[in-house]
Amino acid sequence: MAERFDAVVVGAGPAGSAAALALAKEKFSVLLVERGRTAGSKNMFGGRVYAWPLFDLLPEWQKDCPVERFVTRESLAFLSGDASLSVQFENPASTSGRAASFTALRPKFDEWLAKKAEAAGATLITGIKVDELLREGGKVRGVVAGPDKIAANVVVLAEGAMGPLAQKAGLLPELAPKAVSVGVKETVELPAATIQERFALGEKEGAAVVYAGDASMGLRGGGFLYTNKASVSLGLVVSSEDLARKKVEVQEVMERFRLHPSIQRLLKGGKVGEYSAHLVPELGLGMRAKYIADGVLLAGDAAGFLINNGYTFRGVDLAIASGIAAARAAVDARARGDFSAAGLASYDRHLRALNVLTDLERFRSTGGYLKNERLFSLYPKLLLGITEKVYTVDGSGKERISDVVLQEMKGKAPLFKMLKDFLDAARSM
Amino acid sequence: MPTGGPIRIVVCIKQVPKAQELQVDPKTQTLKRVGVPSEINPPDANALEFALRIKDDMPAEIVVLSMGPTSFDESLERAIAMGADRAVLLTDRILGGSDTVPTAHALSETIAKIGGYDLILCGEETTDASTGHVGPGIAGHLAIPQVTYISEMRIVDGKVRARRTAEDGSEWWETAMPCLLTVNFGCNRPREPTLSGKIRVKRGGVIVHWSCADVGIDPNKVGLRNSPTIVAKVDTVHLPPRARKLFQGEAREVVAQLLKALVEDGVIAP
Ligand SMILES: Cc1cc2nc3c(=O)[nH]c(=O)nc-3n(C[C@H](O)[C@H](O)[C@H](O)COP(=O)(O)OP(=O)(O)OC[C@H]3O[C@@H](n4cnc5c(N)ncnc54)[C@H](O)[C@@H]3O)c2cc1C
Ligand SMILES: Cc1cc2nc3c(=O)[nH]c(=O)nc-3n(C[C@H](O)[C@H](O)[C@H](O)COP(=O)(O)OP(=O)(O)OC[C@H]3O[C@@H](n4cnc5c(N)ncnc54)[C@H](O)[C@@H]3O)c2cc1C
Repeated sequence: MAERFDAVVVGAGPAGSAAALALAKEKFSVLLVERGRTAGSKNMFGGRVYAWPLFDLLPEWQKDCPVERFVTRESLAFLSGDASLSVQFENPASTSGRAASFTALRPKFDEWLAKKAEAAGATLITGIKVDELLREGGKVRGVVAGPDKIAANVVVLAEGAMGPLAQKAGLLPELAPKAVSVGVKETVELPAATIQERFALGEKEGAAVVYAGDASMGLRGGGFLYTNKASVSLGLVVSSEDLARKKVEVQEVMERFRLHPSIQRLLKGGKVGEYSAHLVPELGLGMRAKYIADGVLLAGDAAGFLINNGYTFRGVDLAIASGIAAARAAVDARARGDFSAAGLASYDRHLRALNVLTDLERFRSTGGYLKNERLFSLYPKLLLGITEKVYTVDGSGKERISDVVLQEMKGKAPLFKMLKDFLDAARSM
Repeated sequence: MPTGGPIRIVVCIKQVPKAQELQVDPKTQTLKRVGVPSEINPPDANALEFALRIKDDMPAEIVVLSMGPTSFDESLERAIAMGADRAVLLTDRILGGSDTVPTAHALSETIAKIGGYDLILCGEETTDASTGHVGPGIAGHLAIPQVTYISEMRIVDGKVRARRTAEDGSEWWETAMPCLLTVNFGCNRPREPTLSGKIRVKRGGVIVHWSCADVGIDPNKVGLRNSPTIVAKVDTVHLPPRARKLFQGEAREVVAQLLKALVEDGVIAP
């Protein structure tokens, strides 16, 4: 065998680079392999990173991290027909500290993190695809890429949502349509000054908007909008099961979403830059199988570590945190001289210590809530109908709010069902 | 021919602007070489693949050699990632402006310094200047046999047998080693860089930079001053604008219309 490393990490997304960086800091010889020409060149996401795990991984991260804007305004908007209703939360102080979050562009962010791993001592190789895991008697012993076999004590599989290597290795079941959602995004270029004016933001401040209702044409899922320095990211994540069932193309949903008047107003005059699509592992834990096996740990999307509960979308932070946890587990295994599943078992504990599993478990119920179609079609319509009536003064006589509400709700669904839906939704938040 | 040990193959490669990106600076009338995406001169990649195939079959050491600015490291790194063992970059400001005469001289001096070579492989010509002079020039300086425009070769009993593309067919030549071959563009499919190759590049120490002084090249024999070629004028060919005619309708009719139009424009004979 030509080469041997203490650890091989597959994929230089946030999970892989975080794992490689943390492992290199612990004096592991690490090979970080990325198939893209550069780290991040093939990657996309909505656009917001919750910063907290960066404080553990790279205390100095704010020095040179390619932050587009710190999110200081959160909005939740319901769309119906041409109307929209939104709730806003302003927090200009949220630009520092563990609760900060920022918008980012993946090619820059991923490249930055991968370079940090390299600076810490990891060997970063781009432009090479790992073809399969090197297995010996059921144990993972390294990776195979083209003509090369590279041996390692432990492999961290951070290959993202599709997980073909994990599937091949029998760690992941084949992805059923209901296990994944489809995400699409386009970037619309606008001058920074225009963005600041249109969204009423300071130079470093950013806005994040989550859209419900007609954003997804009533399909389970929702839209998002993030402001970057000089562009706006607009996209959707929708259930692939619903797309298949309703025979709609995701592009069609996106087109409708983009043409909504409330969106058009924000993007006017902008130049559409790139358009991309990607899978999102849905429903998190439980849908996914083993993330610890002999000689291998799954991290990030590959392990299904993702929370999408309708108002927050967390993938990158959980990916980074799981990368850190994987490195800690490898350190424990090294101390025991045992890289079998038993030797790596502390991964679970480290994931818990970083609240990855705890948060995932807490939001698992969200699965049920997100499964509820009424939440994406009926309720937004209801809410907007009520609001419209409350705010419309046309001289035809005004009703009290409570009457409007009851009237709007009548006949749409049994009252007890609605009550239960609201309770479910509240519980999952 | 060495006795027993691995044979040493020197492959000369030049880094050129990617073919699709070729641009002539309208002011200076020279090729833009900085800030454009570059690649290994395509026939040189074929030459390297030849060397790698020899190495697949028998013990061999592949040394890649290039003369040019340090930005050429990019191509040397790629050559190593594809499987070459080490690389030499001859880089010196006094080489600037060298045409094919000093280039062949400087490369042959460098090959002599590398020493112990059995086989020298060059591309048939470059895509950016296309003279095809350099390979034969090196063979001349080193006073070794050469076969140009080869598309196939094997080593039999310590001798090289190579198939040379001629105007009206091909010729098989046999020559003793050391010798120089220039390789046809597209005669094989260069392999992709491998993971272990890229790891070797990352570990470092595989590329050395030599100056003219390191090799012992006489400054009075290289550079612009010592280049007999005079580029008097370079013209850019302007393509005539497209007619932008669109024929629409039933296929049979459209074809008839198109043929008629082509005849009328004198593009084809009636
Ligand atoms: C539309 C959309 C919007 C999103 N919005 C957000 C958001 O706003 N905030 C958020 O936190 N998360 C968001 N996410 C989720 C987030 O993108 C993911 O959770 C996160 O990228 C997971 O990181 P990862 O490192 O596990 O995987 P990835 O980022 O997918 O990285 C995997 C890497 O592995 C490489 N790779 C794969 N296979 C191989 C192989 N065989 N050999 C070598 N390399 C390989 C890939 O090229 C890639 O670089 C969004 C996702 C989508 C699709
Ligand atoms: C009209 C014209 C304009 C020119 N303008 C310029 C100019 O503006 N700027 C400029 O720099 N040059 C210019 N030159 C070219 C310069 O003279 C040649 O680039 C150089 O000397 C090599 O010749 P070549 O590229 O034709 O190589 P060829 O003789 O076609 O190359 C044959 C083989 O020799 C080897 N080889 C060639 N060059 C090298 C090298 N540097 N290192 C290693 N191996 C090599 C390769 O294996 C190659 O496949 C011009 C030449 C002409 C004819």
